[in-house]
Amino acid sequence: MPDLVSPAARGFGVTFRTMFKKVVTEQYPESGAQSKPRYHGRHQLNRWADGLEKCVGCELCAWACPADAILVQGGDNSEGERFSPGERYGRVYQINYLRCIFCGLCIEACPTRALTMTNDYELADHTRDSLIYEKQDLLAPLLPGMAKPPHAMVPGTTESDYYAGNVAGAVPEQFGQGE
Amino acid sequence: MTLAPETSDLISVEIDGVEMNVPKGTLIIRAAELIGTEVPRFCDHPLLSPVAACRMCLVEIEGNPKPQPACAIELTPGMKVRTQRSSEVAEKAQQGVMEFLLANHPLDCPVCDKGGECPLQNQAMSAGRAESRFDIPKRTFDKPVPINSEILLDRERCVSCARCTRFADQIAGDPKLELLERGAKQQVGVANDEPFDSYFSGNTIQICPVGALTSSSYRFRSRPFDLVSTPTTCEHCASGCSLRTDARRGEVTRRLAWHDSDVNEDWNCDKGRFAFTYLSQDRITSPMIRENGELRVASWPEALDVAARGLRSAQGSTAVLTGGRITMEDAYAYAKFARVVLGTDDIDFRARRSSSEEAAFLRSSIAGDCGPTYADLDKAPVVLLVAFEPEDESPIVLLRLRAASLRRGLRVVALSPIASRGLEKIRGEWAAIAPGADANALHALAQGGGDVPNGASIAQALRQPGAVILVGERIADVSGGPSAVAALAAATGARIGWVPRRAGERGALEAGALSGLLPGGRPLDDANARAQVAQVWGVDVADLPISAGREAAAVVSSAAAGGLGALVVGGLEPRDAAQPAAMRRALDNAGFVVSLETRRTEVTDHADVVLPVAVVTEKSGTFIDWEGRRRPFARVFGDALMMSDGRVLAMLAEAMDSSIGRGDVKSLRTELDSFGPWTGARSAVPSDSAAVVQTGGPHLVTWRLLLDEAAMQEGEPNLAGTRRRTVAVVSAATAASLGVAAGQQVTVTGPAGSVSVPVDIGSIVDNAVWLPSNAADCAIASLGVAPGQPVRVSGGAA
Ligand code: SF4
Ligand code: SF4
Ligand code: SF4
Ligand code: SF4
Ligand code: FES
Repeated sequence: MPDLVSPAARGFGVTFRTMFKKVVTEQYPESGAQSKPRYHGRHQLNRWADGLEKCVGCELCAWACPADAILVQGGDNSEGERFSPGERYGRVYQINYLRCIFCGLCIEACPTRALTMTNDYELADHTRDSLIYEKQDLLAPLLPGMAKPPHAMVPGTTESDYYAGNVAGAVPEQFGQGE
Repeated sequence: MTLAPETSDLISVEIDGVEMNVPKGTLIIRAAELIGTEVPRFCDHPLLSPVAACRMCLVEIEGNPKPQPACAIELTPGMKVRTQRSSEVAEKAQQGVMEFLLANHPLDCPVCDKGGECPLQNQAMSAGRAESRFDIPKRTFDKPVPINSEILLDRERCVSCARCTRFADQIAGDPKLELLERGAKQQVGVANDEPFDSYFSGNTIQICPVGALTSSSYRFRSRPFDLVSTPTTCEHCASGCSLRTDARRGEVTRRLAWHDSDVNEDWNCDKGRFAFTYLSQDRITSPMIRENGELRVASWPEALDVAARGLRSAQGSTAVLTGGRITMEDAYAYAKFARVVLGTDDIDFRARRSSSEEAAFLRSSIAGDCGPTYADLDKAPVVLLVAFEPEDESPIVLLRLRAASLRRGLRVVALSPIASRGLEKIRGEWAAIAPGADANALHALAQGGGDVPNGASIAQALRQPGAVILVGERIADVSGGPSAVAALAAATGARIGWVPRRAGERGALEAGALSGLLPGGRPLDDANARAQVAQVWGVDVADLPISAGREAAAVVSSAAAGGLGALVVGGLEPRDAAQPAAMRRALDNAGFVVSLETRRTEVTDHADVVLPVAVVTEKSGTFIDWEGRRRPFARVFGDALMMSDGRVLAMLAEAMDSSIGRGDVKSLRTELDSFGPWTGARSAVPSDSAAVVQTGGPHLVTWRLLLDEAAMQEGEPNLAGTRRRTVAVVSAATAASLGVAAGQQVTVTGPAGSVSVPVDIGSIVDNAVWLPSNAADCAIASLGVAPGQPVRVSGGAA
């Protein structure tokens, strides 16, 4: 007669032992789960310390993207309406998260470090439209000390000063121009 | 592969170990191309004279101690050349030059519009080193600075190749760009900070091998990989330029000159390059019908039904005015629609100043004939310009004449009351005549010269084989003029090239969109021609109109008097008509008006039914340039829903229980082709006698400048910024007799109105005043006077 008891007992033994181990299951979505710091999540368009945008609308990210997920259209900064230091800024910026495969090639292509990836992975939704992120959805939040563009560069500085790291934050006259 | 044409003076040379025979005088860089070797280059351009300015093309020549520029050295018999392909010396020399070029280059590719299609980017990759040894700060300049409203200059990016300056000087004849300073500070600049004033300035953007010259209107709009490019033909004038139209996401972003060595070579004019915003401005996208005096949107079946009923009830009293901007295929559809569906021969494509004599001249001497070509201009012993200003009215003709005049001293003679800037550029000869005296002068030339300045020598030159007479559409304003042109050609053997302004006129003529003329130059009053046409059209020959119908002027005056049942109108503007007021009355008083239009115009405002049609980017088709050469173009927006005029007319024909076929471009073209050439007799050459030149006050001389208030240039402020200043031109003697000095305001008054403009003293005959026809604040149509007629000129503003 085959032994039916001992395999079952061995199985229950595993169950019993596991009851005393540390739990690895995360109770998502009841409690938020933290990804690893280098996880490729939603993109972000960064700002300079004074709030101007880093993106120059060069389209290199769009060019690099293997999934054709990015659409950029450049724009001409004018003296009255400046979004980034220098001549050019990203007027239209869209990432289609129905296409993006989170490879990060766009990040590597970006010459200004304007585009980086956050750890945010909560990118599910019900409609196509809401999954095409526009520039305002991707722009980094304005931190304290940043003025909302459009506004002029810090007086007395040039585009090169921004890239050389000589701009530490917005000065009073930069506030209020973008309203 | 044949390496070079077999001619008697071939020399044998060796490039990279490949032995080859090339014609004497071949540049090393061209010969290398023949064996598929591209020597890197910046300043070299096949149509500009070599300067060896950039040094990028260095190659090793056996027996020469140092590498030499391949773009400037002609091969000599037995020469042995080694390019970067087989010579380390050449490769290293090129890398060294590249390192120098980049020493001061900002490398701001991410914000540069040339990025992605930049020869410097490409050649830095293919012929440069990965690392630079220069770590000193780069030279900087203020950037960008406009050199005119269309072009921005970034001096930091310039590699001093002198392509732009050579183009301005050698091709356009507007030597206003210069290389200033020397050494590291060398930069492109405009003389005296005056804008780069040229109708051809946009070409410099295209040939600049870096992003130093960029377009203001294309600025930051796109990258090359976003663009869908389509080969097209310019719809603006009868020069017939090949263009490349670049579109991004359903919008045209820019147009470039495309290479066609038979026609525009590598160039085009700024109008063709920049004027395309109109294509998307206030378009009509759905059919409309008039109800209680107001236009309302209707469905296609409803609109076609209303149009069909309106046209049918006017049967026997209908006319068709197509406008001069349609394609050959659409013109053919109009021509067939008028004869087969409406049963009328009252059709005319000329929505401008025109005359019956001109129509007779076109039927007898132009239609169905391949006139002289650009290549014939290159070879001609003499070119006579009659009622034609090439720079404003067909700019590529100007470039060809200028090139031939500079290269081999082509003699160009302008029979005109005024010596234009274009004539000066061609280094042409001015045979001054009184305004309106063209016909007398032409007859005098036919008889040996008469009192035309230098007449005997011109008359003699015209008798040489290959002589060409280029006549503009303004000859219609000279009574007896068209006849005199034909007579001069007959007397001297010179060939006639008719150069209309609008791109569609020659095609419309060939398609038979002119009363008295059937497709392929067939005279309507020839029974044979009618039989041929009836056969192709599948109609009973008895159903075709038998005698020539009315032309535009007669149609307009009959409609204005309330005598016309219905009018089918294509793309035309009443303000271009000989008498704008009469044209407006005609639209008002015609019993029923069907308008096929792309946008809201004065015509649609008067129409009973408006049927929307496609613009050039939404259809394919063919223009015929002034040479009679077909210039087919492809559809830019393949998914466009708009239908061409031909298709709409076909639907309208069906709604009227008739047919002109499917009406699509391909079937229209095939059907038109099936006619073949007309071998029978042409209609009679007109022989109107020359008009008596009017006496009295200063006579008006006028034409339309290339850049003016035209509807197809709307929405382009940068282009408008390069228009010429509006001025009246009089001679010094006339100015003195009027008591005005250069720069002062004068008022020119005709029976219907007046214009006030500053005056300039210029090379114009006495007792004449020149004005631009359609410039800002200078609409000549409002004067109510025909060119050549006397006007009143007084000092001061009105
Ligand atoms: S992460 Fe990859 S797929 Fe996503 S936008 Fe960037 S390049 Fe494209
Ligand atoms: S995000 Fe970076 S790569 Fe993309 S357009 Fe902006 S600057 Fe260029
Ligand atoms: S602006 Fe362009 S075309 Fe002109 S010299 Fe400089 S690099 Fe050459
Ligand atoms: S010359 Fe005429 S055809 Fe050529 S681009 Fe200019 S307007 Fe167009
Ligand atoms: S291409 Fe030969 S020197 Fe510039």
